[in-house]
Amino acid sequence: MSEQSKSRSWLQLKIVLAGALFALTLLGAASKAQSPQPTAEIGRAGGRITVALRTDPKTLNPILAVDTTSREVIGAMQADLVHINRQTQRTESALASSWKVSTDGHKYTLQLRHDVKFSDGAPFTADDVVFTFQLYLDEALNSPQRDLLVIDNKPIAVKKIDNYTVEFDLTKPYGPGERIFDSLAILPKHSLEAAYRDHKIGEVWGVNAKPEEIAGLGPFRLKSYVAGQQLLLERNPNYWRKDARGKSLPYLNELLFTVVANEDAQVIKFKSGETQILERVGADNFNLLQKDSSSKSLCLSDVGPGLEFVFLLLNMNSVDATKHADIAAKELWFRDLKFREAVSLAMDRKGMVRLVYGGRATPIWGNVSPGNRLWLSANIQYPERSIDQAKALLKSDGFSWDANGALLDSQKHPVTFTVVVSSSNAQRTKIATVAQDDLKQLGIDVRVVPLEFRALVDRVMNTHDYDAVLMNLVNGDVDPTPEMGLWRYSGEMHLWDMGEKTAATPWEAELDKLMESQMTTTDYATRKKLYDRVQEIVAQNLPLVFLLSPDILVGAQSTVGNFRPGILDPYALWNVDEQFIRPTGATCH
Amino acid sequence: MNARASTKVFVTLFIAMHLIVILPGFFSTQGYAEQSRDVPFAPPTRLHFVLADGQFSLRPFVYGWDRAALDTGTYEIDRSQIYPLRFFTTGSPYTVVKGWVATTHLLGAEKPGRLFLFGTDDFGRDEFSRMLYGGRISILAGWIGAAIALFTGGIVGLISGYSGRWVDSVTMRLVELFMALPWLYLLFAVRAILPLRIETTDTFILLIAVVGIIGWARPARLVRSMVLSAKERNFVLASRAMGASHFHILRKHILPQVSGLLLTMAAYLIPQFILAEVTLSFLGLGIGEPVPSWGTLLAELQKYNVLVNYWWMYAPGVALVALFLIYHWASTTIQQKVEVPIA
Repeated sequence: MSEQSKSRSWLQLKIVLAGALFALTLLGAASKAQSPQPTAEIGRAGGRITVALRTDPKTLNPILAVDTTSREVIGAMQADLVHINRQTQRTESALASSWKVSTDGHKYTLQLRHDVKFSDGAPFTADDVVFTFQLYLDEALNSPQRDLLVIDNKPIAVKKIDNYTVEFDLTKPYGPGERIFDSLAILPKHSLEAAYRDHKIGEVWGVNAKPEEIAGLGPFRLKSYVAGQQLLLERNPNYWRKDARGKSLPYLNELLFTVVANEDAQVIKFKSGETQILERVGADNFNLLQKDSSSKSLCLSDVGPGLEFVFLLLNMNSVDATKHADIAAKELWFRDLKFREAVSLAMDRKGMVRLVYGGRATPIWGNVSPGNRLWLSANIQYPERSIDQAKALLKSDGFSWDANGALLDSQKHPVTFTVVVSSSNAQRTKIATVAQDDLKQLGIDVRVVPLEFRALVDRVMNTHDYDAVLMNLVNGDVDPTPEMGLWRYSGEMHLWDMGEKTAATPWEAELDKLMESQMTTTDYATRKKLYDRVQEIVAQNLPLVFLLSPDILVGAQSTVGNFRPGILDPYALWNVDEQFIRPTGATCH
Repeated sequence: MNARASTKVFVTLFIAMHLIVILPGFFSTQGYAEQSRDVPFAPPTRLHFVLADGQFSLRPFVYGWDRAALDTGTYEIDRSQIYPLRFFTTGSPYTVVKGWVATTHLLGAEKPGRLFLFGTDDFGRDEFSRMLYGGRISILAGWIGAAIALFTGGIVGLISGYSGRWVDSVTMRLVELFMALPWLYLLFAVRAILPLRIETTDTFILLIAVVGIIGWARPARLVRSMVLSAKERNFVLASRAMGASHFHILRKHILPQVSGLLLTMAAYLIPQFILAEVTLSFLGLGIGEPVPSWGTLLAELQKYNVLVNYWWMYAPGVALVALFLIYHWASTTIQQKVEVPIA
C-alpha cells in the first residue's frame, strides 16, 4: 500500500532508479490473460510467513513514512477506510462499510464499521478518522500523503456526522473518487493526541518504539524488532475482518520480516525455504528460479507488466541558448515530430525485452501498460519497427546522409547526442546500449553516459543540461489522475519541457484540458473516453519515446495459501490477512 | 627448458600479445559493437573436422544453429549446412590508423555462417573480438598510467634526493600525503565534474591520467633513495669537485644509475595500472558502452546468473592472468639484469 499513496499525488510519479533501494527490479513479458478472479480460500489458523526486506524500515509512523520498506511493514499493521483490491484493481470496503457520493460529486459520506477495536483494545470511532486526517493535512508535519489530499490547491475537509459517520468534502468532483482513501492508515486518537498537542508526532512510533506504544487497526501488531536483522509482527486479536465462515482473520500467528540486503541472497533464502514469499525479483533470477521450481515446490508468478514505464526522454526544454548553445541546436531536432517518430520507429523494443529482461517485460508505445486493464485504450495502433520507414521519414524532413552513412540535418550538421542513464541500474544501461545500436542504423551517433542517479535527476528536473535521458516512472495507481503532473503543461513532472507558462503546442493545450476534465468527472465511461483521447494524443505526438514496461515478478512457497499477487504495490502482501500456511504444498495457480 | 629458451618463449608471447591488441581489427572476427540480437549468450562455436559422412576435412568448418530452437532460447546445432573457415576473409570494416579503413580479417566462416570463437555476450556480440579490442584499451591504460607515474615520480625523486634539505622534506611530506589519498573517492569526484559530452575514450584517458598522477608517489620515493646513495659515490663527488653543473651530474652520473630501477618499476606498474582500469570499469567509472575493456567485460560477471551459467565470459580474465605472468617475467628478468632492489 505504501508507495502508492505517495506517488498518487500528482507531482509524484515516482522516479525509480536503478538498483538502489527503491529498485523495483522488474522484468517484463507479455501480459497474462486475466484469470477468473478466484475468491479467497478458507484457510487454517496458525503458522508464520517470513518475507525478506532489502533494508530496515526507517519508521513505523504512517504520517512520516516515505520509503517502500517502512510502508510495507506499516501496511501489515494498519488499515485504511477503503481498500483497492490489487487483483481486480477496484475498491473494496474496509473500515468504511459503505459510502455515498453526493449528487454534485463533491461530498463522500462514509459509514464506519461498528465494534471495531484497535490492537490495544480501544474502540474505533469517527473521532479517530477526523484526527487522522487532521494529522495528514497538517502542513507542519509535512506528511508525504498531504499533497494527495489537496485537490486543486484546496485541502479536503473532514467532518464528523455521528460516531460512525464521517463526511469528506473533496471541494470539487473528483474522478478517482474513493480511491483516495486507499493506504491511508487510520490512527488511534487516544494514543497519539497527547504527542500531537506537544508537537511530538515526529518522535513517536519510531523503529525503537515499544510494542505496546503502537496501536493499529491492521491484521498484525509489533512484537519485536532487532535492527539490521528482523522485525516480528504477531496476530492482532482485535482485527475486524472475518473470513467467509465468520472466523476472525488473520490466519497467521506471526509475520516475520528479515533484512536481506542483496537480491541474490534473498533468492537463495527463498529457494532454501527460509522465506515463504519473494516480493520483488529480477528477471534473471526469476528465470533461474523457474528452471528448478518444479522440484522445489515454489510458485513463481509473472503478474505481467506493472505500472512502471521506461522511456527515452528528448530534451525540449527552453534552455538558455548562450549557455547551452549545443543543446539548443539539438533541440531543433528533438522538437521536430518527424525526428521523434523516426527515433521511435528505430527502437527494437522486442529486442530490449528479450535481451535485457529475458522476455519478462512488455514493449509499449504509450504510458499505459497492458497491465492497466481499466484504462488502456484499445483503439490505438502502433507502428512496427522499421529502419527503412524511419529513414524515409527523416529524408522527407530534410535530413541526409554523408559518405560514411552519418545522419546530417538540413544545415548539414551531423546528428549526434548523448543519452544519460543511471549508473546504478544495469538494466537501464543495457537498454541504452540496444537503443544506441538502433540509432546507429539511422546514422545517429549516440553516446551513453552513466551518471550517478541524483546527478541525473538534477539535470532532468533543474538544470536541463542534457540531450536525452533513458529513465522510468512508476505510477502509484492505475487511475490516470496521478499523471496530472506529467501531462499538464504546468505540471511538476512535465519532463520534456518543464515550467511552460502557456502550452507550447496545441496538443499540449488539449492534453491539459483533457486531464483537468477527467479529474473532475466522476463517471468512469466519460473519463475513459477523455483518457483514451489523452493516449491518442501521446501516441501521435510522442512527447516521450516509450519503450517497455517490466513485469512484476514474485514468488511464494507452494504452502502459502491465498497468494494472489497484483501489479499494485505491495504486490504479494496486499492480502496478507487472508494468507495462510498449508500443512503440505499445493499445486500452483 | 633452459633460461635462454624460456626467454625466447616469453619474448615471443610478449610481442604476440601486444601485436594482437595493437591490431585488434585484423585479428578479430567482427566489430566489437556488432550485435546479433538473435543469439545472446551463445556458447563458443565449435570447430568441426569430421563431415557428416565420416570423412575428415582438413579445413575446419562450423555449423549454424537450429532456428526453431533459437526461438526458445536453446542452442542446438543444425547439421544441414556446413560453413568452412577461411583465412583473410572480408568482414566488418575497422580503422587501422586514422583514415585507413580495412575490411580484411584473419579468420572467418563462410557467409552466412557465424564464428563466435569465445561465444557471445548478452547482446550477441562476439566475445573474442571484444576481448581483443578490450585488451587495447586496458593495455593502453597500463602504459599511459605507468608513463605518467614514472615520469613525474622520476623527476620529483631526482630533485628531492639530489637537493636534500628543505626541498627533500617538503616533497617527501607531499609524497606521504598522496599515498594516503583515498584515490577511489577522488576519481568519483573527478567523473562527477566532467562534462557529459566528452568522448568515452577521453574520459577514460583522463581518469587513467589521474590514476597515474596519484601513482607517482611510490616511484618518487624509490628514486630518491637511489639518488641519495648515488650522489655520495666517489665519481659523483669527483665530478662535482671538477666543477660540473648540477644538470650535468644528474644527467650523466645519476640518471644512468636509476634508469634500471625505472625500467623495473615500469614492468611492475603497467600491470598494476591495467588492474586499476579493470577496477574503474568494474565500478562504472571507466570506458562506456559499447567500447569494451577487460574491466567492463569482467564486470558482466558481477551478475550471478552470468557467473554460474556462461563460463566463456571468463575469457578476459584468463587473458589478464596470462598478460600479468608475462609482465611479471619481464619485471623479474629486468631486475636480475640490472640488480636493483624493488620496493
